[in-house]
Amino acid sequence: MRTNQMLLAFLTLLVCSSMMCPSLMFAGTVSGKVTYTGTPAHQKPIDMSKEPSCAKQHATPISTETVVTGANNALDNVVVYVSSGATDEGQVPTQAITYTQKGCQYIPHVLPMHVNQEFDILNDDQTSHNIHPLPKVNTEWNKSQPPGTPPIKEKYDKPEFIEVKCNIHPWMHGWFVVLKTSHYDLSKDGGDFKLPNLPPGKYTITAWHEKYGTQTADVTITGNETKDVNFTFKATAY
Amino acid sequence: MNSLKPMRFIGAILFTAIPCTAILGLTFVAGFTATVSAQDEPLVGPKPHVVVKPMESHIGNITGHAADAKSDYRRYCAGCHGEYGDANGENAVWLDPKPRDFTTATFKCRSTLTGTLPTDQDLFNSIGRGFANSNMPIWNVFTKQQRANLVAYIKIFSPRWEHEKAGEPIKIPAEPPVTIESISHGQALFAKLECWKCHGTHGEGDGPSASTLTDSKDNPIRPYNFASGGKDARFKCGSTNEDIYKIFMTGVDGTPMPSFADVIQPNEAWDLVHFLRTLQVNRHGKENEVLMAAHGVIPPYVDRTPAPAAAPPDNKTPGGGQ
Repeated sequence: MRTNQMLLAFLTLLVCSSMMCPSLMFAGTVSGKVTYTGTPAHQKPIDMSKEPSCAKQHATPISTETVVTGANNALDNVVVYVSSGATDEGQVPTQAITYTQKGCQYIPHVLPMHVNQEFDILNDDQTSHNIHPLPKVNTEWNKSQPPGTPPIKEKYDKPEFIEVKCNIHPWMHGWFVVLKTSHYDLSKDGGDFKLPNLPPGKYTITAWHEKYGTQTADVTITGNETKDVNFTFKATAY
Repeated sequence: MNSLKPMRFIGAILFTAIPCTAILGLTFVAGFTATVSAQDEPLVGPKPHVVVKPMESHIGNITGHAADAKSDYRRYCAGCHGEYGDANGENAVWLDPKPRDFTTATFKCRSTLTGTLPTDQDLFNSIGRGFANSNMPIWNVFTKQQRANLVAYIKIFSPRWEHEKAGEPIKIPAEPPVTIESISHGQALFAKLECWKCHGTHGEGDGPSASTLTDSKDNPIRPYNFASGGKDARFKCGSTNEDIYKIFMTGVDGTPMPSFADVIQPNEAWDLVHFLRTLQVNRHGKENEVLMAAHGVIPPYVDRTPAPAAAPPDNKTPGGGQ
């Protein structure tokens, strides 16, 4: 009886380890490029003359960042993330992420984050900002941050795409993208994105752009491989 | 015989075609029916009536019940706030600022920190006080029990009230005496914290950002003009010095007015209150009396807090040189 139990335990261990191994050893990657077709909206130069301390930080006036494009029709600032199939829900990363106000601009323009992940809001400017995210599902707050004050630490407990405003400087506009996964990337430097460390499985990859909406693609990762997924958004001039 | 052939041919065609068409038709009908039933048919028609959840409020020893406020809400509140509490009452289109949308559970006048739910007492006070410079009147026709019931009633519109507790009221230290130094420090804070960006250098609501302000629903909104109004000018969230203290320490949620709780020390906050009172140029009060006694001149602020003791020179710093 005891031998039988031992044998059963050994067999269970063997089966379990053979099942677990691929997911531990193999990690697939989804990478690709985000591009657009059509004519994207013209981004207007921002007049910061009402805030000289910010205006002088930019040799040439910066433009709005609603649509940021690169060479060969590349589309930047697109959040590409695993919207279905991710197994890391609830595993909140501990590394600090920051959202910086510098030159009366939000850096980065779009900040993706995991639900309940703490992030720091910094003011590197010589002027007061008020950080006023406008969530519909999460709780709305609005805080003042004069120059030289410590970072504001915040987190969101529900997934949502949240618009961020500074009421004092109406041109300041950004996004908090709160996701149920840490498998995300922001397309940058020519629309490139990369989602590494994906265990074998079936995934839905979603690409979100603040003006052009979302697109999805289904991907199956079977082992140590890199799958190419490209997204093309239809750009509209208005 | 030959002449009959075409007839036979047509007959044969009809013989086969009619049943075929019938079968095709039936398939089509069946297919169509299947397609329709497979879709998620939206429930069209008028919005169903509000379900009054058993919410409560506690004001001192009075307990308010949502169910008891149903007829009062319908008669006195729904006209602007809407039957569903979504600020879509029939009068709402004519109002500026817009009525409060209870479905978001974001409230302007709170004693609690920004982003938290107000206390029952905060909501009770708001109903009784009304909102200056808006269409929300002073509801002093209600009994305390009616007001408590209405506080409970507006909680039925947002699920936040079911799984979230109200915030803790902020602690307000006792008000120090009004002095010209206190007013002077308040003035320095008003400049440093850039309150003037919206409220204007003289508090007249005409700062450089004033014309661009919108509330959280993108409706244009004006910053408070301190200089407006007579000797008893009212603020939106109450008219005592303590109410003003609360406004900038908790923020006016849903509007561009942020919370300064993390950046103003409690003792400094009273200095700012004293200065703000002097912007109400027509108001008769202690602050303007102190300012009059100083011949209407606010002296520049001098920081009299003792500087931290200078660190002794460290001769042992590695690589410190000769």
